[in-house]
Amino acid sequence: MTISANDAVRGKTGQGQPAPEQAEDTYLPGAAAEAVRKFGITAEDYMLPARHQIQMVDQDGNVKQYSDQGAEPGHEYPLPDDEELLAAYEQLVIGRRVNDQNSALVRQGRMAVYPSSHGQEACQVAAALCLADGDWMFPTYRDAVAVMARGVDPIQAMTIFRGDWHSGYDPLRHKVGIQCTPLTTQLLHAVGVAHAAKLRGEDTVVLAMCGDGATSEGDFHEALNFAAVFHLPVIFFVQNNQYAISVPLAHQSVAPSLAHKAVGYGMAGERVDGNDVVALLAVLDRAVKLAREGSGPLLVEAHTYRMQAHTNADDATRYRQDSEVAQWVARDPLSRMRAYLTDRGLLDDGGEARITEKAEAVATQLRSGLGEDVPVDPQDLFKYVFSKPTPQLREQSALLADELARDAASDTEATQ
Amino acid sequence: MSPTLTTSSEANGNVSSATARAAASAAASAETAGPQPVTMAKALNTAMLDAMRAEDSVLVFGEDVGMLGGVFRITDGLMKTFGEQRCFDTPLAESGIVGMAVGMAINGMRPVLEMQFDAFAYPAFEQIVSHVAKMHNRTKGRVRLPMVIRVPYAGGIGGVEHHCDSSESYYAHTAGLKVYTPATVADAYRMLREAIDSDDPVMFMEPKKLYWSRDLVDLQALRDEYEGKTGAATEGRAAVARSGTDATLIAYGPSVPTALAAAAAAAEEGRSLEVIDIRTIVPFDDETVAASVRKTGRAVVIAEAHGFASVSSEIVARVQERCFHHLAAPIRRVTGFDVPYPAPKLEHYYLPGVDRILDAVDDLQWEG
Ligand SMILES: Cc1ncc(C[n+]2csc(CCOP(=O)(O)OP(=O)(O)O)c2C)c(N)n1
Ligand SMILES: [Mg+2]
Repeated sequence: MTISANDAVRGKTGQGQPAPEQAEDTYLPGAAAEAVRKFGITAEDYMLPARHQIQMVDQDGNVKQYSDQGAEPGHEYPLPDDEELLAAYEQLVIGRRVNDQNSALVRQGRMAVYPSSHGQEACQVAAALCLADGDWMFPTYRDAVAVMARGVDPIQAMTIFRGDWHSGYDPLRHKVGIQCTPLTTQLLHAVGVAHAAKLRGEDTVVLAMCGDGATSEGDFHEALNFAAVFHLPVIFFVQNNQYAISVPLAHQSVAPSLAHKAVGYGMAGERVDGNDVVALLAVLDRAVKLAREGSGPLLVEAHTYRMQAHTNADDATRYRQDSEVAQWVARDPLSRMRAYLTDRGLLDDGGEARITEKAEAVATQLRSGLGEDVPVDPQDLFKYVFSKPTPQLREQSALLADELARDAASDTEATQ
Repeated sequence: MSPTLTTSSEANGNVSSATARAAASAAASAETAGPQPVTMAKALNTAMLDAMRAEDSVLVFGEDVGMLGGVFRITDGLMKTFGEQRCFDTPLAESGIVGMAVGMAINGMRPVLEMQFDAFAYPAFEQIVSHVAKMHNRTKGRVRLPMVIRVPYAGGIGGVEHHCDSSESYYAHTAGLKVYTPATVADAYRMLREAIDSDDPVMFMEPKKLYWSRDLVDLQALRDEYEGKTGAATEGRAAVARSGTDATLIAYGPSVPTALAAAAAAAEEGRSLEVIDIRTIVPFDDETVAASVRKTGRAVVIAEAHGFASVSSEIVARVQERCFHHLAAPIRRVTGFDVPYPAPKLEHYYLPGVDRILDAVDDLQWEG
């Protein structure tokens, strides 16, 4: 497949200046023009999120009336099929187990740190399941469950949290960026991966993840703007869990919602209940489909809650009330899905038991895998700084090798 | 991976190399006459043109690099030759430029970026230090970032504030970045080709006051030499820019011509100075530098950047560690003062000049 220069570099309809014959009010940048054609609504109605967040299954597990789901013309979401929902439920259960297992391992001193996504598992699972094999994901430190749900080995996904020096999994093999800590810097990498793919005529979609607080960072703005200007298939997925460590969202932004930021870049935004995996899959599946069809980037804000402290090193009682946390217990993403699937006759005790068993197997794998001491090779310090060590690094590596050899020699002497 | 990119005019097949071939043969016919006076700007431009022709995954982007050809015209004609998908303007955001390039390099491209001026690369510092420099290491060698960040740097052009910083020390201090800085027209061509072909990220520091300097070079011969791999690599190899026996002047980038002028002046006074052009700050060529200082027994390090905690201090430390018993005098430095780069009216007081270098040479305890 080949592409034209115009296609590659700018949005099809957003190319350069409006043609002189186009009246000012009919000129629309990239995404909007296509949306108007596709959905018959105004550019503003397309780019602005629907008036209410998309929610399909309420906190008791009941499917909402279509009219109450938040859908509007151009913001319409079919219910995902049962098979996808069952797969999602399995991943939810595994994700919760992983979160709680890791938190326990941290308490036992067997893991260095773990930013838990307890309460956000629906976001984690949907982020992975909406993507095709050839697509890419760019996660943050809080997205280990999404990384695993994408198929990365659990132990490898936890490599940085056990204090090891490298990223664990191979980003190229899994098409998953390294779990990124410098906030929103990874969003630009997502843009670049999408841009390169587009230049080669591939239909890769890239999902770029960040938190609510991170939307204040400069790279968030630069990434959204670049993706929009180059008309790239990137889905920016913001998990609004209400806090950036201790700082509540109100101190980050006074925008009507984070999804509203999309319109400023000329892309479409949507809000979704981040604890409703049904709605998340519906919104993200459609976003992936639109992006793959050439809509340009989209911004999805999931409304969720960080049920636990930022990490084990944080004390959440210093900045929020237990009563606030308690409100969110009722909105738990797992219990509502369990109720929904059971009511629909898709899940019975046997099914539940089989899923629990799988989750236990992963937990066991984490306990034994993370309990083992990783063998470290001090020479690894020097091996990967450049594709070939410089003379200076060779010298330093020899120095360390000599030190270690002398240590080993004196150890042997001492034991003789 | 060699992606096939096409221009809008010829939307089928791999035509970027066809257009490039035409451009190259046009360029070549203008260059067949052997050595010609060529500017450093032209050599850099030709290096990118040749690299883009040689490899489809080489992309050039930044601010004003497309239609305008860059504010210094270093990318002149590349968009016209290769199309808007291989040479293009980005929105005005340096972190965005570098961050997007990281993603492109992850996904098989070889981006060559232009930062418009030294001081305007600072918004990209986080991307450069936290990702460009570290990606290879923290993925245990699995992800390489073959990208070049071109930075027009240093002063001497009468630029206003924020347009003349010598920022090389920030990058050289960061493990995982290679730092190249050419001082001659021929090296500008060779080193940029090497940087683009390097699998490691390279900060390519271009002394902007040398953009319009001319040397007699045969670009076609340089191209043949590079592509036929018959020339010596420049990475990690300092050049002896002038041979001498009495003392060594160690310089890089914009300070090399100044050092050469000082050596010429010293020769008239009967003193033979050797001039070493560092070429690549990282990796550093300890051998050539140390061999010269062991031979002469005296050294002066020259750099435009502030002296404090800088590349020049690093060079002094390295030479001292390797040549202590050969030194007849403490190593001297002639550097910029530790003040913000001064506006045009004061820059000549700030910049290391021939007189200040010769004064430093005079101080190298000759009487003993
Ligand atoms: C550039 C940068 N600044 C500060 C930090 C320190 N930090 C790590 S996580 C965090 C809070 C981020 O909050 P949010 O984006 O809402 O994500 P969450 O942790 O809630 O998932 C901060 C300030 C960082 N990692 N990177
Ligand atoms: Mg948050």
